[in-house]
Amino acid sequence: MSSVRVLVGTRKGAFVLTSDGKRQAWDISAPYFPGWEIYHVKGSPADPNRLYASQSNGWFGQLIQRSDDGGATWEPVGNQFRYEGVPGTHQWYDGTPHPWEFARVWHLEPSLSDPDTVFAGVEDAALFRSTDGGQNWHELPGLRAHGTGSSWQPGAGGMCLHTIILDPSDAERLFVAISAAGVFRTDNAGETWRPVNRGLRSEGIPDPDAEVGHCVHRLAMHPSRPDVLYMQKHWDVMRSEDAGESWEEVSGDLPTDFGFAIDVHAHEPETIYVVPITSDSEHFPPDGRLRVFRSRAGGNEWEPLTKGLPQSHCYVNVLRDAMAVDSLDACGVYFGTTGGQVYASADAGDSWAPIVRDLPAVLSVEVQTLP
Amino acid sequence: MIRVVLPAHLRTLAQLEGEVELEVVGSLTQRSLIDALEARYAVLQGTIRDPVTQKRRAFVRFFACGDDLTHEPPDAPLPEAVVTGAEPFFVIGAMAGG
Repeated sequence: MSSVRVLVGTRKGAFVLTSDGKRQAWDISAPYFPGWEIYHVKGSPADPNRLYASQSNGWFGQLIQRSDDGGATWEPVGNQFRYEGVPGTHQWYDGTPHPWEFARVWHLEPSLSDPDTVFAGVEDAALFRSTDGGQNWHELPGLRAHGTGSSWQPGAGGMCLHTIILDPSDAERLFVAISAAGVFRTDNAGETWRPVNRGLRSEGIPDPDAEVGHCVHRLAMHPSRPDVLYMQKHWDVMRSEDAGESWEEVSGDLPTDFGFAIDVHAHEPETIYVVPITSDSEHFPPDGRLRVFRSRAGGNEWEPLTKGLPQSHCYVNVLRDAMAVDSLDACGVYFGTTGGQVYASADAGDSWAPIVRDLPAVLSVEVQTLP
Repeated sequence: MIRVVLPAHLRTLAQLEGEVELEVVGSLTQRSLIDALEARYAVLQGTIRDPVTQKRRAFVRFFACGDDLTHEPPDAPLPEAVVTGAEPFFVIGAMAGG
């Protein structure tokens, strides 16, 4: 029987939640790396027992941990993230030039085919790759050097490269998203990049239609349709049908189109999920009601999913990397909150139950569907 | 032998309990002490000093003999009591936030 392993990164450690395919009874691990911020944990699609974790804190910096046994044991690997060449500058909050400085790894994206190859999205925004299981990291400098890098500015959470999407149909094509710069695409395995933000409109920047400067919060893709991308922007839920060449807004009838997380159903490429958040100044659900919204039409028409979720006095946030789906039938959907709850739905969002209620603030949720 | 006391997170990373005893060849300074520490425990590379700039991390402090040596130059000699092992060298995580 299939099983599910949920990898949870929190402000104070990582947790592994496991269940059989029914997804009703869960085992919850003790914290791994207790006391450390775990921005992200993700498994290799090519070898589910190979996991990578980003471990950091404000005192002792960044470490990368690797497991070769599904999280039972871990070993630290390389933690040197050195920008290629002269790092140069980006814009600081006040508009002045600011040197590129490594702060932390936000996101780890293992290769679809090679367990030893993994990408890291970092703050200050850059993309790194390791081809030896995380021992050594090398920047793909074409991203920062393509021409707009000097104009990028950090969002409130820092200038982070937080989303990395690998095209399963074309190993040369990758998408990344940076707050607050936008979406960038390479068609030659990271050698050269270009912004793909046409159609995004952001009121908080001098030119609302600028080529870069958009605070993209998250991208999602269904592997069967790699030209279709979904985006939760600072404000606005967006869709592209041409691999980012153009975007259209699909916020439709959402109660608010601010939010962080977005994901796609494992078997229905037009079914997507978001968690609307009140506003950029009130990072909690509208009216204190935690609702996931599902669209079965690729956006515009949304239905609230509330069964099993708190519908009063709920003031948590769901961060950008904190939603994931499994590939069982029916599709399981999972998300974590800044209040430390991890909710799961074993019926594609129709009903929800907490797996665990009192973890530290959840930063990321990933799911592995195991045979 | 010199003695080094590490904060809990770094002891966990290095899988050790209690003090570290190190042999340092040549002049004992912050730099040579941390070089020796990192040579013994590779996992600590980058945790006390930035791995690229080699500068002390902002929230790391160095104490010895009742003094705060944090802002001493990295190549300044450490106190004789640390050199002889009479007193330990403390690596401290600065008090800061939850």
